[in-house]
Amino acid sequence: MKYILKKAVTMLITLLVISMLAFLAFEVLPGDPTTKMLGTEWTAERAEVLRHELGLDVPLPLRYLRWLGGFFGGDLGVSYSYSQPVRSLLAGKLGITAALSLIAFVLVIVISLPLALLMAREEGSLLDRILSGVTQVTMSIPPFFIGIIFTSVFGLALRLFVAGSFVSAEESFWGFLGYLFFPALSIALPKSAMTVKLLRSSILGELDEDYVRTAYSRGHSRKTALRYHVLRNSIIPVITFLAVTIADIVAGSIIVEQVFIVPGLGRLLLLSISNRDYPVVLSIIMIISALVIFVNFLADVAYQLVDPRIRLK
Amino acid sequence: MTVKKSHNNFIIGCCITGVMLLLILLGAFWTPYDAEAMDTAAKMQAPSFTHILGTDNFGRDIFSRVLEGAGTTLFIAVNAVCAGLFFGILIGAFTGWYGGWIDEVLMRIADVITAFPSILLALVLISLLGSGKSNIILALSLLFIPSFARVVRSEYAKQKELDYVRNAKLMGVGTPRIMFVHILPNVWPVLLSSIAIGFNNAVLAEAAMSYVGIGVLLPDASLGRMLSESQAFFFSAPWYALSAGLTIVLLVLGVGLISDGLGEWDNA
Amino acid sequence: MNTLKRILTLLLVLAMLTAALCGCKGGKSGKAEKNELTVGIAQDLDDSLDPHKMTAAGTREILFNVFEGLVKPDENGNLIPAVASAYTIADTGDTFTFTLRDGVKFHNGATVTVKDVVYSIERVAGKDSEKPLIAQFSAIESVEATDDKTVVIKTKEPYLEFLSYLTAAIIPDGSNPADGLVGTGPFRFVSRKAQENIVLERFADYWGTPAHLEKVTFKIIENANVLVTSLKSGAIDLCAHLTATQAKELGKDFTVAEGSMNLVQAMYLNNAYGPLTDARVRQALCWAVDRQSILALVNDGMGSVLGSSMYPAFGKYYNDLSGYYTQDTEKAKALLAEAGYENGFDLVITVPGNYQIHVDTAQVIAEQLKAIGVKCTIQTVEWSAWLENVYKNRDYQATVVGFDTSAAMTAQSLLARFQSESGKNVCNFQSAAYDAVYAKALAETTEAAQIEDYKECQRILAEEAAAVYVQDPCDLVGMRSDLTGYTFYPIYVMDLSRVYFTK
Repeated sequence: MKYILKKAVTMLITLLVISMLAFLAFEVLPGDPTTKMLGTEWTAERAEVLRHELGLDVPLPLRYLRWLGGFFGGDLGVSYSYSQPVRSLLAGKLGITAALSLIAFVLVIVISLPLALLMAREEGSLLDRILSGVTQVTMSIPPFFIGIIFTSVFGLALRLFVAGSFVSAEESFWGFLGYLFFPALSIALPKSAMTVKLLRSSILGELDEDYVRTAYSRGHSRKTALRYHVLRNSIIPVITFLAVTIADIVAGSIIVEQVFIVPGLGRLLLLSISNRDYPVVLSIIMIISALVIFVNFLADVAYQLVDPRIRLK
Repeated sequence: MTVKKSHNNFIIGCCITGVMLLLILLGAFWTPYDAEAMDTAAKMQAPSFTHILGTDNFGRDIFSRVLEGAGTTLFIAVNAVCAGLFFGILIGAFTGWYGGWIDEVLMRIADVITAFPSILLALVLISLLGSGKSNIILALSLLFIPSFARVVRSEYAKQKELDYVRNAKLMGVGTPRIMFVHILPNVWPVLLSSIAIGFNNAVLAEAAMSYVGIGVLLPDASLGRMLSESQAFFFSAPWYALSAGLTIVLLVLGVGLISDGLGEWDNA
Repeated sequence: MNTLKRILTLLLVLAMLTAALCGCKGGKSGKAEKNELTVGIAQDLDDSLDPHKMTAAGTREILFNVFEGLVKPDENGNLIPAVASAYTIADTGDTFTFTLRDGVKFHNGATVTVKDVVYSIERVAGKDSEKPLIAQFSAIESVEATDDKTVVIKTKEPYLEFLSYLTAAIIPDGSNPADGLVGTGPFRFVSRKAQENIVLERFADYWGTPAHLEKVTFKIIENANVLVTSLKSGAIDLCAHLTATQAKELGKDFTVAEGSMNLVQAMYLNNAYGPLTDARVRQALCWAVDRQSILALVNDGMGSVLGSSMYPAFGKYYNDLSGYYTQDTEKAKALLAEAGYENGFDLVITVPGNYQIHVDTAQVIAEQLKAIGVKCTIQTVEWSAWLENVYKNRDYQATVVGFDTSAAMTAQSLLARFQSESGKNVCNFQSAAYDAVYAKALAETTEAAQIEDYKECQRILAEEAAAVYVQDPCDLVGMRSDLTGYTFYPIYVMDLSRVYFTK
């Protein structure tokens, strides 16, 4: 309990620091929301009027405190570019990115667990070596390059999906999932390759341990030993890795959303940064950062559940 | 079996990396064409004997551009990793050795950097400093410091309890000497794989940054920028995207295999 | 291992299922029968949907279908009556009298009255805040409804071109576009989803020829390359502003219509920066550039070479100076030497990275300037940074962009930028001769005299090399081959009311 409390406080402080940094970042970035809104019609007078309308003429610390107060009160502010509450703007996008990340994450697990087990079981065989080669190559491909190839090959040549025609979940739930499949796959492939590699070597490491030999001596085959004994122990480093992976997947979605034109958080983040629409950017940063921190915390807890020897300090 | 295989990995990795390095070195002194020279008459040509990887939408020779671009990308990656490594070792060694509140604070800062969307951080830095090779290096190395520092820190925390360090202390060896002459060599093996991963991340990050439009200054070639520009012509000029893409893959793969080979060699 | 097999099979089935599901949606059929069009656009309408507050060309181009002014431009660049049915301009050049058209309906069903007109004009003129929403409206002296069919607008000084600004949208009396967009155009606004789409629907009670299409969805696809793949895959039916290379990528299933962008694309020079303060250096840059080969490299030779700040669509105002400079490296070198830069100098060209055509042009210019020893680096920046550093603070050396006429098609809007005191003088161009001719042009009361003055302005800009004028880029519109009726205008708009499916 004490541990969780301590962790929670640290998490909160970290988030505060991040929000402050993000706020400051917007002060030093060239341009403010009025620059983009007025474009080449910009004149000092019109900018002045608009700054006042948007409440940008308030001094920075006060503006930060107001934003912070609003944020904790559940009011995320109003987007400058869309004159729409950030909360409703984000609501739609959050679901899309969450779905994309979730599918990618499931794909990572579905692809990497069986493959790693298979490779460990057949260690040294031709199959193992071929698969090792394949994972090594897959790891080396930038996700957005995979995306480009997917849109071209599966989208344009094979017409398996229509590149650029995102289907929202309200229109058709299956169409929505279907559209997200390829973006998710291009995020998942390199990540799965890394997971396979890690899990395989982790399993092989465990195989030399005494308890595995005991299992053999009790008549277990390599197959059952792997499934009932080894997997459980070799999963620990993988859990940490997967935790980091979740964060990576969410971050990776920013670029992949760009390639596949998925209207998710990542695309909104990039656009809002360039529009200097900071109520939107801050909220997205807070969401992503909170997620990263929280997932790392979960990984710590999961550790303890899998291996009680690791005590939480 | 394992030993033989790791040799294989290592050898293949060395071959790929060696060839890449040779080509890049060649590109630094000589390219078949001026990588920036445009030719109205030779736009979007397929690979042939005159242009072995074809030409791009300005009629520039892709092979020459790939050579130059790979050089740029390598330069950025190596420098970013070195800078990140240098500060990572300093910070990691310091925090791991002394611990205490400074350790706590620095590690929390590392948390903040890790949790902050890296693309935004890069964007802020690049907008502030202007784009260009040196600023990309700066931005990337800043992103890498935390991961190096973490690895070094945990190794130092482990090593400082070991006998050889205690002995050195008893013998009156100065702290800086223990930290960087006695302990550091023992940290290298662990760091090596982090360095390889860091290098690969740097190559991929440069590509991603170019893709969102905050990469190197034009008309300099970089693999990432070539890749993002070539997307439009994937069908009419697939050689363009593939040359840039495959070069990235080979660079990353070579280093990946070497580090793999080294790792399994150690274990064997 | 059974589990393994099961998982793999499951995965395979899943993949095929999704593939099959998406496969069914991939067809192109259906849209034509429903008479619905999907248009791909490269930027979201994120400045403002308020027709009086919008500033981006990309927003103006789309809201052209929703809003109309007292007059509106036609495809030949003439102003035709819209919400008004007729107008007269007094000989003094400062009184504009409009007669309202009978039975013009707003999208909410109400009929347009003089009250709505007066309200709209006063809103733009900034009656409450004293700050006009469109700068030129500060010229207004008074707006009056003399009877329930007639509106008289008086300007403080003679101002012939003001008529062009009366294309400003007419909206219902007392309304605020923030609460809902109501106009009188051929399409009515239905909905918008940030970064996804904007939906318009045919307005059946339109006073003129109604639109052919039932529904138009604008899909926002920020990446130009993905726009092309989307067009090919059938996700969108029409897409404007393609480059020649992109259009070629489309292949034979598509019609590509060629028009012009209506921009003055140039390498604008900061006349207050080091070497560029010397007119000889600026002229040398002009002599060093081969515009035809820029067009050839960037757009397969399509587009019009420009020699000054005006494009051919302006007809009578256009002074053809495209041959004023031709590539002459020796002359350029001589001029540089004369100015004391025989070894050339370094030049940073700042370009907004989201406009591929400007990035491409900058790359070609950089390559061409090598010949006279000017070493260029190109700095691509995002649009906001460009606006802040280049446009607002004028902290740059050279930049490649295109300027359009913005709110209305007037010669003035393309030339005002070079007046010494102008807040939009991004080049820091200072010329007493230019200021004098420009001021004279504005005060003219006859069109013929005004045209002569504007032509002289263009000549001065070319002679003093305020910028290295390049081209009015070609505008390629790619669309499904069963679409027709796309009409080009001499300003930056996209009129969809005439587009239809041939089936």
